[in-house]
Amino acid sequence: MDFTFATEQKFLVLIADIAFVGFIVATLFGGIVAVGARQLIHAVLGLIMSLMGVAGLYVYLGNHFIAAMQILIYVGAVSISMVFAVMLARPPEDAKAKPLMFATKIGSGAVIALFAAFVVGRAVIAHPWVKAATVVKEGTIRQIGENLLTTNVFVFELISLVLLVAITGSVIIAKRGRDNTDQQGGGV
Amino acid sequence: MDFLIESVLKVAVVFGVLLGSVAYTTLLERKFLGRLQVRHGPNRAGPFGLLQPLADGLKFFFKEDIVPANVDKPVFILAPVIALVPAICIVAVIPFGDSVTIFGREVKMHITDMNVAVLYILGLSGIGAYGAMLGGWASNNKYGLIGAMRSGAQTISYELAMGMTLVSIIMMSGSLSLTKIVAGQTFYWNIFFQPVAFVLFIIAGLAEINRTPFDMPEAEAELACGFNIEYSSMKFALFFMAEYAHMISLAAITVCLFLGGWNLPFGWEVPFVPKIFWFIAKVFLLIVFFIWERGTFPRLRYDQIMNLGWKWLMPIAIVNMLVTGVVMTLIG
Repeated sequence: MDFTFATEQKFLVLIADIAFVGFIVATLFGGIVAVGARQLIHAVLGLIMSLMGVAGLYVYLGNHFIAAMQILIYVGAVSISMVFAVMLARPPEDAKAKPLMFATKIGSGAVIALFAAFVVGRAVIAHPWVKAATVVKEGTIRQIGENLLTTNVFVFELISLVLLVAITGSVIIAKRGRDNTDQQGGGV
Repeated sequence: MDFLIESVLKVAVVFGVLLGSVAYTTLLERKFLGRLQVRHGPNRAGPFGLLQPLADGLKFFFKEDIVPANVDKPVFILAPVIALVPAICIVAVIPFGDSVTIFGREVKMHITDMNVAVLYILGLSGIGAYGAMLGGWASNNKYGLIGAMRSGAQTISYELAMGMTLVSIIMMSGSLSLTKIVAGQTFYWNIFFQPVAFVLFIIAGLAEINRTPFDMPEAEAELACGFNIEYSSMKFALFFMAEYAHMISLAAITVCLFLGGWNLPFGWEVPFVPKIFWFIAKVFLLIVFFIWERGTFPRLRYDQIMNLGWKWLMPIAIVNMLVTGVVMTLIG
């Protein structure tokens, strides 16, 4: 019974560290699966895992809003439409025929990765890091909303215009496709 | 160490209660549906069939776990887990009651009070959609694939309508935290101001968790069970549990958002009744309602479901949002 406040604090930090390592592993492993998988759907699953790892890193950094948005938009919407596309496509017959990873590919990839790591690492070490200000827990959503509707209102409206054009365009494209392949009745 | 012990205990209790409720919701559903169809329902295992969930569980455990040939094995095994885990995790942000004092220590009746709880719920239900989609795809079965496609399309469509509906509630309470939303309803429940949003939310929620009249992904008559057709033993049980866990959490979320959570309306108080009782009673009534409507409504056709979602629920939700905004600005 010699647990004190400090031990609890240490234990919680330990749990957070383990979670951090887990998120990093999920991000990297998911990324490797996404580029290395032969089955398309496995690649998409890898991508989802990677995105969720990044969402976990946002949680670790204390910004729950961005993490929730990451899950909601990238995992819940973008990746689901990818899974849809993959499901609707015919599975490739020669999915297992050719190995994707040749030794030369792996070798050249490793050399490029090492070079990039060297360059980025030097920049990271050289950069004078300032400790982040304490996170305001309650205000994040409010701040984002106020920013969007005051300082950055022009950008906000511009994005909404771009999205409107995109929606209209996709409706037109979808409509033309339907006219060509005369009305195939209700749904999937 | 207190915080840690308290958290672990709370998680354990909520998890246990949730799984127990899942088991007994299946019995409630079978009994009540039976009564609606002038049958008795299960009544052989134990008094009034009360041991039926136990018998079902044992049976699932001892069934052979079949993995058919030519399935995508990793995805096939992963899919039921992906279906169940988000369904359970949603419960983490639901506040069950006010704080109570146990052993001279104030214990809050929720696992965590996240300030983005509503987004967390929407995100997790989005992840839950993968369970059915991947399960149906990996089964290498035509019925399974059709069920999977239906499930995915339906979940995405209705999640949008659901999100739009929630915006008006969030505007009124000014917070995304369920605890704060409930705390704002001590006198007037949100349903008094937002009856349209309530109806929309219930419809979108039922579609989101694939319940009748929106159970297209597993429409027995046409798809022979849809996405879970190739699953047996505990893997099937996981899908089954996910469905009922979603049903319970949908009921709990509806209670928190619209029906005042653990509060009685107009600030009424009943002495000697703990507040959590009202929460449980409301959730129970909503679950009974979900079962009742299953026994009442016929299943919609697929294109009808898509039309309802995109051409009716979405526009009504957007108009509701606009009206809420205008009224709030006028009142100030």
